[in-house]
This record gives sequence, C-alpha cells and structure tokens, in this order.
Amino acid sequence: PTMNTCCAVLLEMGWKVKANDRAYHQLPEFQKKVFLCIKKSRYSGNAIKTYKYNALTFIPLNLYEQFKRVANVYFLALLILQIIPDITTLPWYTTLIPLVVVLGITAIKDLVDDLARHRMDKEINNRKTEVLLDGRFESAKWRDVQVGDVVRLKKNDFIPADILMLSSSNPNSLCYVETAELDGFDPLTLNCVGLTGLIECEEPNNRLDKFIGTMLWNRERYPLDLDNMLLRGCKIRNTDVCHGLVIFAGADTKIMKNGGKTRFKRTKIDELMNYMVYTIFALLVLVAAGLAIGHTFWYDQIGAKAWYLFDGKGYSASHRGFLSFWGYIIVLNTMVPISLYVSVEVIRLGQSKFINWDLQMYYADKDTPAKARTTTLNEQLGQIEYIFSDKTGTLTQNIMQFKKCTIAGRSYADLSARVFQPVDWSWNRYADKMFQFMDHSLVATVRSGKDKDAMEFFKLLSLCHTVMVDEDMVYQAASPDEGALVTAARNFGYVFLNRTQDTITIQEGDKENSYEMLALLDFNSDRKRMSIILRFPDGRIRLYCKGADTVIYERLSAESKHTKSTQTALDIFANETLRTLCLCYKDISAGEYEAWERRHKEAQVVLADRDAALDRVYEDIEKNLMLIGATAIEDKLQDGVPETIAKLAKADIKIWVLTGDKKETAENIGYSCSLLTDDMQIHYGEDVKSVPLTTRRVQPQSNRPGKRKPADPFFTQTGKNALIITGGWLNEILYEKKKKRRRLRLRRLGRRLPPSSPQDGQPMNDWEKEQRQVDFVDMACECEAVICCRVTPKQKANVVSLVKKYKKAVTLSIGDGANDVNMIKTADIGVGISGQEGMQAVMSSDYAFAQFRYLERLLLVHGRWSYIRMCKFLRFFFFKNFAFTLVHFWFSFFSGYSSQVNWFITLYNLCYSSLPVLLVGLLDQDVNDKLSLRFPKLYLPGQQGSLFNYKNFFISLFHGIFVSLIIFFIPYGAFLQTMGQDGEAPSDYQSFAVVTASSLIFIVNLQISLDTSYWTFVNCFAVLGSIAIYFGIMFDIHSAGIHVIFPAYFTFTGAASNALRQPYLWLTIVLTVGISLLPVICIQFLSKTIWPSVGDQVRSRREEKAPAFQRGRRSRRSGYAFSHSQGYADLISSGRSIRRKPTGRAGLQQSIREVPHAENI
Amino acid sequence: MQKKENQEVENRPDNTAFTQQRLPAWQPILSAGIVIPLFVLVGLAFIGIGVALFVTSRNLHVLEMDYTGVEKTSPCFSCSDPIKQKNCKCSLSFELDKLFEGPVFFYYGLTNYFQNQRAYGVSKDYNQLSGDLDYFTFFFSIVPDSTCKPYRYDVNNKPIVPCGSLANSMFNDTFNLYQMKNGVKEEVPLDGKGISWWTDYNIKYRNPSVNPLRNAFNGTVKPLYWSKPAYELDPTDTANNGFINQDFLVWMRRSALPNFRKLYRRITDGLPAGNYSLEISYNYPVIAFDGKKKVAFSNVSWMGGKNEFLGIAYLVIGSLCLVMSVVMLIIYHWRNSSPDAN
Repeated sequence: PTMNTCCAVLLEMGWKVKANDRAYHQLPEFQKKVFLCIKKSRYSGNAIKTYKYNALTFIPLNLYEQFKRVANVYFLALLILQIIPDITTLPWYTTLIPLVVVLGITAIKDLVDDLARHRMDKEINNRKTEVLLDGRFESAKWRDVQVGDVVRLKKNDFIPADILMLSSSNPNSLCYVETAELDGFDPLTLNCVGLTGLIECEEPNNRLDKFIGTMLWNRERYPLDLDNMLLRGCKIRNTDVCHGLVIFAGADTKIMKNGGKTRFKRTKIDELMNYMVYTIFALLVLVAAGLAIGHTFWYDQIGAKAWYLFDGKGYSASHRGFLSFWGYIIVLNTMVPISLYVSVEVIRLGQSKFINWDLQMYYADKDTPAKARTTTLNEQLGQIEYIFSDKTGTLTQNIMQFKKCTIAGRSYADLSARVFQPVDWSWNRYADKMFQFMDHSLVATVRSGKDKDAMEFFKLLSLCHTVMVDEDMVYQAASPDEGALVTAARNFGYVFLNRTQDTITIQEGDKENSYEMLALLDFNSDRKRMSIILRFPDGRIRLYCKGADTVIYERLSAESKHTKSTQTALDIFANETLRTLCLCYKDISAGEYEAWERRHKEAQVVLADRDAALDRVYEDIEKNLMLIGATAIEDKLQDGVPETIAKLAKADIKIWVLTGDKKETAENIGYSCSLLTDDMQIHYGEDVKSVPLTTRRVQPQSNRPGKRKPADPFFTQTGKNALIITGGWLNEILYEKKKKRRRLRLRRLGRRLPPSSPQDGQPMNDWEKEQRQVDFVDMACECEAVICCRVTPKQKANVVSLVKKYKKAVTLSIGDGANDVNMIKTADIGVGISGQEGMQAVMSSDYAFAQFRYLERLLLVHGRWSYIRMCKFLRFFFFKNFAFTLVHFWFSFFSGYSSQVNWFITLYNLCYSSLPVLLVGLLDQDVNDKLSLRFPKLYLPGQQGSLFNYKNFFISLFHGIFVSLIIFFIPYGAFLQTMGQDGEAPSDYQSFAVVTASSLIFIVNLQISLDTSYWTFVNCFAVLGSIAIYFGIMFDIHSAGIHVIFPAYFTFTGAASNALRQPYLWLTIVLTVGISLLPVICIQFLSKTIWPSVGDQVRSRREEKAPAFQRGRRSRRSGYAFSHSQGYADLISSGRSIRRKPTGRAGLQQSIREVPHAENI
Repeated sequence: MQKKENQEVENRPDNTAFTQQRLPAWQPILSAGIVIPLFVLVGLAFIGIGVALFVTSRNLHVLEMDYTGVEKTSPCFSCSDPIKQKNCKCSLSFELDKLFEGPVFFYYGLTNYFQNQRAYGVSKDYNQLSGDLDYFTFFFSIVPDSTCKPYRYDVNNKPIVPCGSLANSMFNDTFNLYQMKNGVKEEVPLDGKGISWWTDYNIKYRNPSVNPLRNAFNGTVKPLYWSKPAYELDPTDTANNGFINQDFLVWMRRSALPNFRKLYRRITDGLPAGNYSLEISYNYPVIAFDGKKKVAFSNVSWMGGKNEFLGIAYLVIGSLCLVMSVVMLIIYHWRNSSPDAN
C-alpha cells in the first residue's frame, strides 16, 4: 500500500541482493574495475581487514605515515642540513638519535596496534556462523559468508554482517519477513530454502540511522527500513534462533563504513600549540639570522685577521654568515622541540587510560566502564562552556512511574507519610513486580472495595487509554505515561486484559468485564486530554476523560466536588516536578449520546478541516465533567542528574537541552533536573521573537559578526534568565543563507543539504539572516539555561554549530540515540551514553559512558586535570627548551658566533629532563577529585583558557631567557680569569660546559619539582632519577674507558671529574640554581598572597567544609502527563490492526546491545 | 550463575591506587611558613658563603703584566712584529714588596683569542692524538681526520702530525724568571710537571709506543707554524715530548672564553720580596688580531684563584633574599589583616 514512497527512492537503490544465489552477485554487471584490467565483484566478501600493514609494507608505509607530520619532516630536513659539511655544526647523531627514538616509539606503538588488529581480524574472520547452503544450514566461517546468504543466528551470537531480519517461527526453515507497516501486517511465510527474493536497497553507506530498500517477492514489493536490519557489531540476546539475509558484508557493512572515517577533531590547545611552534620557528629564524649577521661582522672585524683560525676556504664574510645561519638553525633546533608532539600524545593517551580506568565512571549495573574513544581531546574537556544535551535517555531514563495520586480530595503516597517499604503485590497475580508504590493505605482502600471513588479512579485508568496488549500481557503504549498509568491500575487490581475494535475487557477484582467502546476521543496537543465513551455491561453510558489540569478544570461541572483539594494536591505534585493528569467522568444518557453520535459521524466525514470539526464535536460532549482525582507521574531522571546539572551550572557551564519533546514536557523536566530554578526569569522564544528585529535591526553593515562590541544585554532585568524555544521558531533563524549554502555545498559535496524554504515569506538578505543568528546566539547565551523543544536532529546540530561559530566556545554534546548523532559529531566533543540499546550515538562519540551523572566527573575532574596537566606540561616544556637553547645564544656572543655542540644536546630532551615533566603531565593534581567536584569554580580557568595562552607562552619564553642568562653569565663571571684549586685553569671550554649543563639540569629538575603539586614517589623517583641519570651518563661519557674505545666521539674525557671536584664550581652551580629558582618562588608566593586564585584558596583551605548545596523552593507550576505522540486511537477505531506484537521482534529490539567496538566488527 | 556474574564484571576497571589516581602523594604548598623562613635561611647561608669567598679571594694575590708590546714604552715593543724579528727576546722587570706565598702559579694569558671557535676547536684528530699510528699516514685522504683542514697535509701530501688548526697555533713564547739578588740574576726554578689534567696526560693523549719516539713520526711533517717537531718539544726532558708534552696539553685544552689564561709553570716555594726580571722569548704574533699577551702570577686557595665575582654575587643574592623575606612578610601580613582580604 505504501509503494509510492518506495518507488520514489527507487532511483537511488543501486544495490541488488538476491537471496540464496551466490552466482548472481558475480555477474559482470556487478563488477567494478579495481586496478587496470582486474575486475572484482562490487560486493565485498565478509572477511574484514582493519590492519594497515603487513610484514613487507610496515616499514615503508609507517615511515610514510610518520613523515606526513610536519615536525618529523622538519627534523629530516635538519638531518639533511647536517650532512652538508660546510653547514654542519652538530654531528649527525644529535638529530638522528632523537628522530630515530621518536619514530621508533611511534612505530612500535603502531606495530603493537596493528598486531592487535591482525589478531582481532583473524579471530573475527574465523568466527563461526551457520549459513544456508544446499538447502541445509551448515557451519561456516564469517569470512566465507557472502551477500545473499541466509544465516541462522543463535542466542548470544554476534551478527556477522548487516543482515535483513527474517525471523523464525519454527525450526523447519519457515521464515517470515516482518515489514514495518502497522497496517498490512501479515507475516510473509516464506520457505527459507526456496527463498528467491530480490532485495533492492541503497548502496552501502555509513548512516546507522537509515536504511531504505524494497523486497521483491512473489511479484510484490515490500518496503524495508532500518527496523528490519540487524547490523554487524551487535549481539543477539534473549532470542533463541533467528534468521537473516546478508545484505552488506565485510567492508560494506555500516559499522565498517563508520570506522576510521571520523571527522578529525582538534583541541584549542592543539591549535594554540601549533601556532606557538610556528612562533618559535619564526623566533628561531630571527635568532639564527641575528647571529649570522653577528658572525659576518665578527669575521670581518676579528675572524679574518685571526691567523690561527685560517681555514683555507677563502669564503667571504657574508658567505660565512650565510653558512652560519644554517648552522645556527641546526644548533638551536631544540627550540622547536621534536619530542613535544610525542610527549603530548603520550600524555593524552595516559589521560584517556585514566578515564577508562575510572571506577567512579564505571556503571556496574550494565558492566560498562567509561570509554575515551578518541585520545586527542582530553584537555578540551577542561574548557567546556556549553553543553548540549538530549533529554530522553540522557537526562531521563524514559521510564514513567506512577508515583502519587489524589482521589476525591485525599492524597496518597504523599511525602509526609514516610513509608519506606514498598507495597507488596503478591496478592495480585497480574501485578508488575517492578512497579513500586509507597502508600499501603491506598491498596487497602481499593481492595476493601468500599471507596467508590478509588475504584472509579483505577477503573478509569484501566479503560481510558490507547494502550494495546499482547498475549503475554505486555502493554504497548504510545507514550510511556499511559503505560505507567495502565500498569498502575493493573497492580491495583484493575487489569486491562484485552481490547478489540469496540470492546475493552478488564478484570475488576475477580470478574472480567467487557465494556463496549462507543467512541474514543483521542489526544492531541491542542486538546491536551483524551476521553473515552463506554457502554457499561449494565447499559450505562459513561465518558471517562483524563487530561491536563488546565483544560479539565475549565470543563468541570459546577457540582463537581473536591476541586479545591485536588488543586492543592496538583500544586504539590507539580512542585515536585511530577507530571499530573486530572481524571474525571461524566454520565451520559442514551439520548444525549445518540444526538452527539450523529454529529460525530457527520464530523467524521467532513472533507475540509475534519480535525477542527471533530474537535468541536468532542468539545460538546466533554463538559460538565465530574472530577475523580489526579495522578502524578514521575518522568524518571537518570541518577544524579539534578545534582550534576547544578554542579555544572556552578562551573559556569551553560546547559542547553535539545529535545524532540513538546514545550511543557521539556519545561517540566527542566525544573525537575534543576536546570530551571525558581529564581530564573523564563522567556519563551515566541515572546522575544520580535526583539532581535526591532531593537537591533540598525546595525552598521560593516560590523562583522564576532568582532562586534559586546552587545547590550537583551534582558534588562537583573537575575538569571532562561530561554525556552521551539523548533519551529528556530527554523526561521537557522535556515541557511544562500551564499553560505553554496559554500557549504562546495565544501562537503554529496552531503544532504538542509531543507531550506523560508516559511514566513519575508525576503531576507544574507546580512540580516546572519544578524538574526548572531542575535539569537547572543540572546541565548545570556541565559543560564536554554531549552529547545521540538527540534529535529538536523536542528540540534545546527544549534551547536551556531554557538560554535558565533561564540567561539568549546561545546560538548551528549546524547544516546541516533537522533543525537549529528549533534555529537558537530560539537567539539561528543559524548555518547553507552549501555543503551542503540549504538549509533556511541559510535560517533568521542567519549562514552553509561550515565549522565558521569559527565560531572568527566569534566570537573578528568577534564580539569587533563587541561591543567597539559598546560603545565606545555609551559614547562617550552620553558625548558628555551632555557636550554638560549644558553647557546649567549655563548655565541663570546665565541665569535660559532655554534657549539656536545652529546648533551642529544640527551637533554630525551633523558635528563623529560621524565619528570611527563609525569607531571600524567599524574599531577593541584587538588584532588573530591575538591574538584566540591568547588566547581575551579573549572573556570579552563574555560577562560587562562592557563595556557600567548601570555603564558611569553612568560615561559621570558622565564627561559632569564634562566638561560643566569646559567650563562654566572659561570661566565665566575670563570673569567680564575684558576682551579690546584692551579690549573678551569676556565676551559669543557669545564664550562659541565658547569652550565649541571646547573641547567638542576634548575630544570628543581623547577619542575616546584611546579609539581602532587608529589608521588614516582615523581620523586623521576626527578632524582633524572639528575642521577645525568651524572651517571656524564661520568660515563667523560670516562677514560669510553674514550679509549671511541677516541673521536667521546672527547670530554675527565672533564666531569676534573670540574666537579672543585668546590668553586659547585658553589657556582649552587649560586646559579639559587638565582634561577628563588625569584620564581618569591613571585609565586607573592602573586598567591596578593591575587589568590580559586585553586589556591581551595588548596589552602583544604580542611574546611564546603557549604551545603541549597535548593531553592519551587514555585507553583503545573504539568501534565501526555507525552508527545498521539495515541493509537486511529488504529483502534479503524480496527485495522489490533495486532499482536510479534514476540521475536520485540525481544530482539531489546536484546541487541552494543558490544565494545573492537571485539565484534 | 556464577559464570554470569563473572561475565558481568569483566569490564570493571581495576581498583588500584594508580588507575584511580589515588597514589599516596605529598602536596606541598608555598605557604608563608615555608617560603619566608626559606628565604631567611638561604639568605643567611648565601651571605656566609659570600663572606668566605670574598675574604678568601681578598687574601689572594695576582700579579698580571701585559707584554704585548703595543706601546712604544713597552719593553717588548721591539719584538712585537715577530715576522721581522725571529727569536726576539725581551724582558719584563717587576718588584715584589712582600713575599708572594707559594705555591705561586705562573700563567700566560691571551685576549681576544677565540679558542672557542667551533671550526678551530674541532680541528684535530683524536685518533692521532691518542697515539694511533694508523692516523699518522696518508691513507686515501681519509686520515688524518678531515676536520684538520687546512692543516692536514703539507704541499707534498705528507700528513701533518699533530694535524689541525688547534695544534698548529700552539703558543710558543717561552719564559725564564730571574730574581735580581744584589744585581745578580738568579734563575727562579719553574716547575713544569703536572700542569695539565691528569686525564689528558694519561688517557686522552698518548704517544705511539715506538722507541725512539721520532721513528713514529717518519713520513710526517711537523705543523707548519711549529719550529720544532712534536717529539722535540722539550729538549730537556725526553719524557715530556710528543703529544704528552705538558705545554701542548695545556694548549690543547681550549678555553671557554676569548680572554683566558693558561698555566705555564708552578713556582713551588713562592716568590720572596725583591726585584725580578722575566725574560721572554717572543714568538707568538697577536697584534694582527688585536690580541694581548699577558703573564700572571697568582696563588690559589681552596676556592681556586682570585675572583671576587662569586663572593660578591653571593653577598648580593643573600642580602636580596633577606630583603625579600622582609618584603614578603610585610605583604603577607598586610594581606591577611586587611579587611577586604578574601
């Protein structure tokens, strides 16, 4: 029946799969050219190849990969420069050794990864499954599975490919395809053995949330969609046996198409770091050029006359200057640190491991640890300014619970009655054991059968709904609210058993009663209520109605009792952010009903505006209602959501909730998860719509967005603001400008373009459009909280990119479902909630964990630590390289601008100074996790990026310059015309080198000790170890033995022992170290005393208790419990499909769960 | 069931202090209670060291004389152009009014002399200098080391031993010191033994084990600027020749800075008060590059030779530490007592 839609997309269906016909897929028309004349079937086999290298290609390919990085190329260039004899100032090994070490470490890492992939591939390709071959199911390896094969899967099997589900009803190979149609559902009973269906569907793609195809069988076309598919990477659970037809195999599967092609995200620090490396490089060139000029002049003035320096080359002074420029580029190359990138990677890897290892982000119920799926973004977690969160499944569990009720003015399960023992339902064989209710008195009341109102209350709940039920008494509700209500009634002894097109059967106490359903007045968002008109077994006609308090109260009869008390109870419920519904009834006389029935029939056949006509008819009968009571349903939040949100808000992180829900629901959730608080002024998008256009239209054209002066606040009232907007309103702002669209199209050719049709018809120029967007973002960002309801996945992503674009802020998206994928991919950091059914969000996320509340720890603890560590590391790394390199610079002034060398250069970054700073990058904690969580303000420096920016960079630079000056000039002064204690002149070059190098090692290691705020034995060991290694290696290199073996390479023989037995030189070292460190201590102390940062305050008051978190008193609000989708009323009344939900299918949906990526692809 | 439970927790991370980042740690804070006493202590210690250094340095004597002969009045003026004046000798007179306590060290010094130039400094063949005879011969232009250029081969392609600029430019002025006793010149004994580093003498530089030494040098030529071959550097002591000649060793240990002194001889007993005459055989040309030649007599202490820089630096830094500790104390108090302090 719905062929039209399928035919429309038929054009793009280039993928044809024929069941049980392997030869078909080898036909020439399905061949594609692979290489020159070699042709291959376009259908991949099911063997996968995720490894990159084999034994032969490893070295060339890996080297090629590594030399794609600029830093490595730079060092290769240096190496080449060093080979030129006229230029070389350092022996070739000074660059080669670090380069080889760096390349080696990376290569080893790659090799280990690749070996793991090899092993994994092998294991996966050799997994067993059962394939239908020659009419029988035979065991086959995964790699032998081909497109078109029918496979049989058992419980707990991994799904070997993307397969079309053919479920099994009995073991003798009879299958049926379950189509997604609600109507037209009749299981096609096929014989799997003879199945010859031809499937046409879209080509393999990476969209996990989409699949369109048709199945041609018996000359009939059947539409297929994602629900029919079982994707590779999932696991069958709870279902004993099922069958499937392989549609995409191996590399064509959606999971494989998804792998590896993730958009490359970079952190702010990354960018900053790159710019700084460029800055350093520019500095290096400048310094080298300056020294080269110096050399030119020096040679002109002195060098040319110094006969002893005659080198017989006869170069002119400027030529020498030119050569010395390159020489200095080589010598000073340590300014651009080769080990920086490798170290940063190591640190990030460590941080990611720590995230994976964190027990406090491990969700025991589902056995899911947190997972950092990318290892490159950790420090960005410490800089988040905006969080975009999905609601359902992320903030809430999408579980509704019947919490409380008020019946005839009496409230049950009120908080005042503190009963902690849930009601025992063992008396009721239908009871849902999961259902918990706290008030025993209500059960007693209902069971006693004395309270008519209570009985009516639950009778209404069991009758007035659109829930459907299957054989196993599993309810299928259009909205979880209804499910909760019907389940509640069931537990209280009013069991909804069955429904047909026009009867509803319930069990009341011991008897089963059937009610004739005369009319079903379904819910819609305008009516905010639903009613049902029933003929009781005794012939009475009664209307039951449930709906939002606002609409119900308008329609209550004047005689209705308990309105006051119910209203009070409703307010109380609303304050507890429960979703409320009022229940009422009305007795209708037969005559009245017949009159109405006629009008109803007429309205049903009206052609124009039928809905409005029906609404009017409904309105007629839904009046003079008698109130019974009200229900209160809790939209169950995930654990710890309000606390987390409050914490994050305190850390100045703005939280936007983007949801497909309707406004009221979203607002209600906003309150219940303390995103909205009572001291907030709530604005609605529709109300402020005009603001941007009226007050701010007059903006000079020249002002570019982003560079504008800080705009006047939109909200003049002081205090917190919150904004609630809807998707429709957003649409006006979000649809893209033509010019930008064109650019977009150029940029990502082939991607689907956003639908763009200006709805309001206003002609808008680009500037105005952009201005609107800027206004919107400015306005929204002024609010503490923003809730966007009724937004599509596309809009979610657009909102995120708007904020990214105009606020230049670091954004994080968190979601759990396929509709959040766009948003997760768009944001700087995407977080997926794992352990749920779907895996799409997790697959496209950067971090995944099981509970929203872990976000707090991820950001406030791990993010903050990562950021602080990375900043500390980078600052120190730059400092130590400056301090080291610039000593050469100063020395140049006294050595005729000629550059010098020794082994020290080679080993400095590798051995002597890297370990302690690496450990700081891995382990440092300025305050521990508990304090980080207790004082969210500690998060602010990350958002402001105040720990690592150009200012810090230049501070590091100047610190480095200062230290290098000290390191050079103190020994210089001490050495100038002095003698050793035994009369030998110690002022030789080698002793000087030993003194400066030792000072440097002491300073660098002590400085990192000063910067270390978390001293573990590892740090201690590293600092002491570095110094020890330095002396060890130095004495080794300066030893007699090594000189005897390699006289030409180790020429510092005896320098260390000669120099370091002189107390004078030790005193020089002590003074040098003292002068370098004392001012730093002094400045740190003073700045901490005068301008203490939050962190300092926290640290110094570690013992004090934090003030307890206080919650504001909630104001009166009302909410109501209909969630967003319309009920099944149409279906019920049309009678087309009162159908049994096939158990196999339902079981499967719940039983597919994500298994860790690596294990199953 | 047991198995299932095990499965359920298979992904559970390890609960160790390391993985949970709970390693026992010490978190030091730069609090006033640490910093200010630290500065006081460091200040006092530095002042102490400074005083000791300063006093020691004050008690040392240094007598330094320039003999370049740039000025016409200088006794060596006539020798200052060594190209014209071969084997020129001049003498420098000086008077000591009190005893120069021994041991007195006798240095020669050069200024504006860039022994620390890279190309110059590396211009030597370490293998040759460690006595490896393979490096004494011309061998396919591989030995001696190419860094020795242009002092590698002579015009006849005979290898120069020792090769390289550094050896070639060895300082070759010689000095004799006389005390004038009642008008009679009495030579002061100069001790030239052990003036170089022990490691240089015993390990780094070695003569080839050929006896007599001169045979090892067959087929080689002496450095172009040298008047005597390496094996004849010290005619008085045959053991003090070749690469382990003390003066050669001292020269080869190049200086860090362009103005430097090198140890020439030791005067073990010190110099009594009186008049002295230093006879210089003036060979080394320095005027061309505006260099200066000096001689210096100095005695040493535990801290080496006279140099007041370090003592003064210690005193200054020590005092600054004390001053800063007071400043920090004041600021700390002001901060903690002011009402708006947070």
